[in-house]
Amino acid sequence: MSVMTGERGEAPTGGGTLPEISFRRRAADKVVQALVYAAFVLAIVPLVSVLWMVIGRGLERLDPTFLTHSMNGLSSGDEGGGANHAIVGTLEQVGLTSAMAVPLGVLTAVYLVEYGRGRRLAKVITFVVDVMTGIPSIVAGLFVLAFWLLALGFDYSGFAGSLALAILMLPTVVRATEEMLLLVPGDLREAAYALGVPRWRTVCFVVLPTALPGIVTGVMLAVARVMGETAPLLLLIFITDAINANPFSGPQGSLPTFIWYQAGDPNPQAVERAWAAALTLILIIMLLNLGARLLSRLRKPVSR
Amino acid sequence: MAKRIEVSGLNAYYGRVRAIEDISMTIEPRSVTAFIGPSGCGKSTFLRTLNRMHEVIPGARVEGKVLLDDEDLYGPGVDPVAVRRVVGMVFQRPNPFPTMSIYDNVAAGLKLNGVRRKSLLDEIVERSLRGANLWDEVKDRLHRPGAGLSGGQQQRLCIARAIAVEPQVLLMDEPCSALDPISTLAIEDLIAELKSRYTIVIVTHNMQQAARVSDRTAFFNIAGTGEPGRLIEIDDTGKIFTNPSQKATEDYITGRFG
Repeated sequence: MSVMTGERGEAPTGGGTLPEISFRRRAADKVVQALVYAAFVLAIVPLVSVLWMVIGRGLERLDPTFLTHSMNGLSSGDEGGGANHAIVGTLEQVGLTSAMAVPLGVLTAVYLVEYGRGRRLAKVITFVVDVMTGIPSIVAGLFVLAFWLLALGFDYSGFAGSLALAILMLPTVVRATEEMLLLVPGDLREAAYALGVPRWRTVCFVVLPTALPGIVTGVMLAVARVMGETAPLLLLIFITDAINANPFSGPQGSLPTFIWYQAGDPNPQAVERAWAAALTLILIIMLLNLGARLLSRLRKPVSR
Repeated sequence: MAKRIEVSGLNAYYGRVRAIEDISMTIEPRSVTAFIGPSGCGKSTFLRTLNRMHEVIPGARVEGKVLLDDEDLYGPGVDPVAVRRVVGMVFQRPNPFPTMSIYDNVAAGLKLNGVRRKSLLDEIVERSLRGANLWDEVKDRLHRPGAGLSGGQQQRLCIARAIAVEPQVLLMDEPCSALDPISTLAIEDLIAELKSRYTIVIVTHNMQQAARVSDRTAFFNIAGTGEPGRLIEIDDTGKIFTNPSQKATEDYITGRFG
């Protein structure tokens, strides 16, 4: 009964027991809000301008010919021509890279989170992964060049490029997967153990599926990063204008190196091809991303 | 089905810290035994030693004997995974597998251990859900996510999941502490039904609950922070709540401390 209410309709302001928000706090609120918006705009400007430029200039040459033809027999000043050899190369190289780095990375993360907690080996692996994250891509390229091409005597190939890309991709996959596995509540592991489920089955059928959407996102980010990597490819896949569908033998094209060579060419026709190739690269990454998301969504229990 | 548990000289450690000291007791089959005591007195730790879940925590270990009908759970060469199939557990917070449907949650223990036959799974899922008094509420949406149920339903789903693997003993670690009174009542009724087939051990902070559901009650206590928990006494529930033989028990249940 002692609650202060406006019994005769007056507002409960009486005597300032509940003061209004002070001017200082309101001002601070506005200032911080403005700063946050400004930071958001600053961050979005490069993204929008890159997309704007790439879409605007890339669409001029992104036609069926571009997607289905290579540069074989054409000189850089010729009209037409395309990036088919580069698209084939990039898809194969990144496919091989993922085939190497994703299983290795996911298994490493599973060891770190599920089995190696507090063990010496786990600490060493974490340290090595941290160091790997900081390897400049050109160094990874030079390493594969020295090891795979010079010491072991293999030839330039798409696969040599994949090796370097895998070195770059591995730590990203390990880190992303590790984070996601750590987010899986311990409750769920215990619930499975308490049903008499062995640890490895718990990992395979409870922990990994729960973390799957996050792992997929992490892997896709790593794929996107690796797909645009240029420096190691310049060293390792060499250069060709022809379609080479075999990543294990001979020089191969790739979108980043295609962009690099075409953009460096003085002929306007070549520069146009570079823009179209850049747009193609972005589209491929976007499609892969969408596909992966759809796949990981299919795993959830369906409502019937 | 239900089996008797005999514990003797049991100590449990977290790293170098001894959490419970020298516990011996007998848990009768086809009855409900409640563990009561203040927070941190080792009730849950002790409960988790009964299906070898304690050692899941890194650095944790157990000394002593837990006989399940004359078979030592901690005997040499005993597979902890096999122990957990015989001694099931329900946790404090409902924890259905979020990626699985209601059906798959109940079938999880069987499926993950290699049972594939659809007709057998169907039968066990229905039997377990009926056993957990949940069948009528979920029979039309078995393939919806288990996480979509209410808290009380989720906890009964977890009980269905635990009894689907047909354990001999069911351990419950404060199964109602996250639930509202109506769901709590549903779980308590369920416990009363289940005790005809299982040996049930329940940890609870709610003394009325212990008095309502259990046949025997064990009181645990600690001498002080950092000291290991001990079993003060175990007796018929009626006796513990009306005429306990230890002063500490009487103080606790009459609310003089804790």
